[in-house]
Amino acid sequence: MTERTLRGKVAVVGVAETEYYRWGKAPDPEFKLAIDAVLRACADAGIDPRDVDGFSSYSNDRSDASRLSAALGCHQLSFAAMQWGGGGGGGSGAVANAAAAIATGQAECVVVFRALAQGQFGRFGQGPRVKTVSGAAAHTLPYGLMSAAQMFAMKVNRFMHDHGVRQEALRAISLASYTHAQHNPRAVMYGRPLDADTYDASRWIVEPFHLFDCCQENDGAAAMVLVAAERARDFPHPPCYVLAAVSGSQHRSGAPVHNTPEYASSSFTTVAPRLYDMARLGPADVDVLQSYENFTGGVLMSIVEHGFCQPDEVNDFLTVDNLLAPSGRLPLNTSGGNLAECYMHGLGLNIEAVRQIRGHSTSPVPGAEVALVASGPMVTPVSSSIFGSEATL
Amino acid sequence: MNDPYLRRGLPAPVPMPDGLDAPFWAGLDEGRLLLQRCNACDGWQWGPEWCCHRCHSFDLRYEETLAEGVLYSHERVWHPVHPALQEQGPYVVVLVELPHAGGVRIVGNLLGDPLQPLTIGAPLAGVFEHHRDVDVPHTLLQWAAA
Repeated sequence: MTERTLRGKVAVVGVAETEYYRWGKAPDPEFKLAIDAVLRACADAGIDPRDVDGFSSYSNDRSDASRLSAALGCHQLSFAAMQWGGGGGGGSGAVANAAAAIATGQAECVVVFRALAQGQFGRFGQGPRVKTVSGAAAHTLPYGLMSAAQMFAMKVNRFMHDHGVRQEALRAISLASYTHAQHNPRAVMYGRPLDADTYDASRWIVEPFHLFDCCQENDGAAAMVLVAAERARDFPHPPCYVLAAVSGSQHRSGAPVHNTPEYASSSFTTVAPRLYDMARLGPADVDVLQSYENFTGGVLMSIVEHGFCQPDEVNDFLTVDNLLAPSGRLPLNTSGGNLAECYMHGLGLNIEAVRQIRGHSTSPVPGAEVALVASGPMVTPVSSSIFGSEATL
Repeated sequence: MNDPYLRRGLPAPVPMPDGLDAPFWAGLDEGRLLLQRCNACDGWQWGPEWCCHRCHSFDLRYEETLAEGVLYSHERVWHPVHPALQEQGPYVVVLVELPHAGGVRIVGNLLGDPLQPLTIGAPLAGVFEHHRDVDVPHTLLQWAAA
């Protein structure tokens, strides 16, 4: 029986994003941003956008695949997929779905994209303005637990309590993102550095999250072009191969009202082992990590659950020096990530992983061959991906 | 009633249209904590579901349990994300484990000083907070140090 894997079967040959904006500052509506991102990614790949025959997204993206295909005059639509679940949990899942479609012959050229204009459609960081609420939210919202930060702080507090994690570990994650963003002209926080004193003095959003532990709210769009590995050398940039991409979450992660059994978790405990199995790699092989920061506490648990350190080593491992390119032990979020580049629901992290493999990052890790992306911690399903250079095949 | 813990104007909870959690809300209105329990395997479960996640029986009941719990996790909220909370100041949300109901968890507020120390594992006692003189009457289950 042939091995069931995505390893090395699909490559990313184009990546791009629109200009990134603070929420409400985009001059264009969301769908136009989506088109723009797809066109730019196709330009990066040197392909005719009409040859795109599939679209893959996540988190209930509003830019409908059939409408995109029609708007772009694509010759045909062969694949259209939406990953279940909210948050950025589908960032790598959308890559997995696209790669699976290509690897199984369902489609030839699939675009993974995310378009998000919070100015046009509402800010993620605000509670709902409704008179009544029913369902799972009725059991949390009337108690003032209604934003993503509030949903996840509860998990992070429990994890920090269980493992003696100090605030400095969260701060290091934030400072790493902001430091890297100062090298990235695309970053919304480019030219706006952050230091430890400013972090410490910043207001609480919800403990243990200071302002700078929280992602931004942005407008923009991002896209990646995927094709079969056999064609990967026919494009302008060095090919970047999908070594693994998986999604999921552990037993009953979706149990309502904060009743998931493994509560203090980023939801990667079953996903990460499957990821490494598919890639035939382990955490020691990863040269650079892009780990979704909805909130720094999620990054912390993602790092643990992907095996980069033990839970009780977090305070020693998560230092700014360890997390910075080019020479830290585990360079983290080298574009500035969701905190400081742009909250494009994490797809920017996948793009940054590709740029690291190409050698095109603005904070390059010299000789990076393997880049891991952890998408959307603490939601369900979450997802992860590993990208590699030709040398890793 | 006394002033509620949080300022008025937050969305009021109403039962799910399909009725799945209606007995829970009706129980709170009577000052009783009713949670789901399986008639086939006796297991508790929360939030409510149409079948037992352990044995898949559809034969579930709502059973009264003691409003006594243990602080499982907590958070002190500072940044208001709803207009009703603009003048609230910090407040505490707690996740409470219910040892009398198989260890299921429930969300509430911790009454008292919002700056009080928060200790995971601390025993808590439930306090029924009735909102009767509002457009959509309802009851919340709050918590206080036991």
